[in-house]
Amino acid sequence: MTSARIFFIGGLISFRALFGFMSPWIFIPTLVVTPIFQILLFVYIGRSAQLESDEFYVIGNALQYSAVPCLFAMTNTIAGERFQQTLGFLLVSPARRLPLFLGRAIPVVVNGFFVAAFSMLVAGVLLGLDIPTSALVPMALVIAASAFSCTGLGLVLAGLGLIVRETAVFLNIVFGFLLVFTGANVPLDVLPGWMSAISQGLPFTHGIDAARRLADGESLAEVSNLIVTELGLGVVYAMAGFAFLLLLERQSRRHATLDRA
Amino acid sequence: MRTLRLLGFGFVLYLKMYSQSAFDGLLAVLWPLFFSTVVFFMYGAGGDDPAILAYAALGAAVMGVWTATSVPASSALQRQRWQGTLELLAAAPAHFGAVLLPMTIATATIGLYCIAATLLWSRFLFGIALAVADPLVFVAAIAATILSIGMLGFLMAVSFVRYRTSWAIGAAAEYPVWLICGFLVPVALLPDWVRPISWALAPTWGMTAIRESANGGTPLPDLLACLALGGAYVAFGLLVLDTVLRSARTRGSLSLT
Repeated sequence: MTSARIFFIGGLISFRALFGFMSPWIFIPTLVVTPIFQILLFVYIGRSAQLESDEFYVIGNALQYSAVPCLFAMTNTIAGERFQQTLGFLLVSPARRLPLFLGRAIPVVVNGFFVAAFSMLVAGVLLGLDIPTSALVPMALVIAASAFSCTGLGLVLAGLGLIVRETAVFLNIVFGFLLVFTGANVPLDVLPGWMSAISQGLPFTHGIDAARRLADGESLAEVSNLIVTELGLGVVYAMAGFAFLLLLERQSRRHATLDRA
Repeated sequence: MRTLRLLGFGFVLYLKMYSQSAFDGLLAVLWPLFFSTVVFFMYGAGGDDPAILAYAALGAAVMGVWTATSVPASSALQRQRWQGTLELLAAAPAHFGAVLLPMTIATATIGLYCIAATLLWSRFLFGIALAVADPLVFVAAIAATILSIGMLGFLMAVSFVRYRTSWAIGAAAEYPVWLICGFLVPVALLPDWVRPISWALAPTWGMTAIRESANGGTPLPDLLACLALGGAYVAFGLLVLDTVLRSARTRGSLSLT
């Protein structure tokens, strides 16, 4: 019962307290307006380059932009504790670490889902995309799976946030890396082989592929392997992130380096 | 003369200050490189037309100048507020505009790193050979574009003086300016109603002047339009600044506490 409380209530309170983007003055420009303009930018570059359809860029960028809420929020809701000087209190508490850390991921996934779904919807309406109604629910599932897998990566980066001071710079670099490698704008067969190979292990790659196939009329069953792969990657990243956090917690206790980064 | 000295001294001072953070510098260079990489792949996949790739390389290079300016300029006053120097600068006998303008031009000048990095990146990783027909005018066009973007940053800085989270507005302005100013997409491809907005933005003319000078066209009219619009931003920004400062002094609200 205590673990469930820590997981749900603790996670929500931590997200509201530590994810600074929650102010509407930041949320609206950064997580509502910007993803739509990222989509429009690449749609027009795509038209100019005559490479792919508008739908290709709308889906790719809407999903990929959810990296901002997922990576930044996940890192801030853990590394932000150090900035607020509450990390020490958190880590001396007897709370079980699994609900403590993973509970913080749920609001992040929900927020990432909202950002991707909203920007896809608005850009789709603006550009007059024709996505089959039957694809909407499976599409929501794909968006949720992608937000989950990226939040898993965010958990790994949250661990890094305990030893790296400039997390914002680092997260921006990871965002740029995902922009290039996940096939959001460049079809994977256009990328060099080694880049395509790396993209198979990244969040969004399979989710974006699945969403595009759904928009093209394929059924949920036909893209289920892609969704499972996306979810599987999320689980692997989340487990790695959790293990990393435990390792760093032990290291920081041993060497008294918790607040030194 | 004193104002000119203040502008020059301020520019050098802020350029040194902004060059200190290795992390910020790294991001200023890397961030546009991610976008330019995507753009090179996109344009490269459509065929290896050297003219199109050169078009993309120049646009991607100048994108970085706006990246280096949009957030730092829009949050310039908030940063002074955090550092506790805003009231001192506003109370100084020198016009506050002469203090703020070199700040935003210095941030735009940091974008030179992005231009250099992106052109090197395009040359050595993507093999994009950039032939510049008129190197002198090309350099002048780049300088004018940087100056005008710094002036646009000045207008943003004074416009957001009452906005605590002004950096978010600056961040949100990054993609629209990239798109509307024709850095990577011809302005003619945008909807008709967007074009007047493009024409009102100095970077549009600066970008055209850079391309014209590289292609051996007639960059002078675009160069002059770019500088004229930059001057208009400063003039309008000074009006806004005077109004904002008068209001802040009357209400005691400069610190937003």
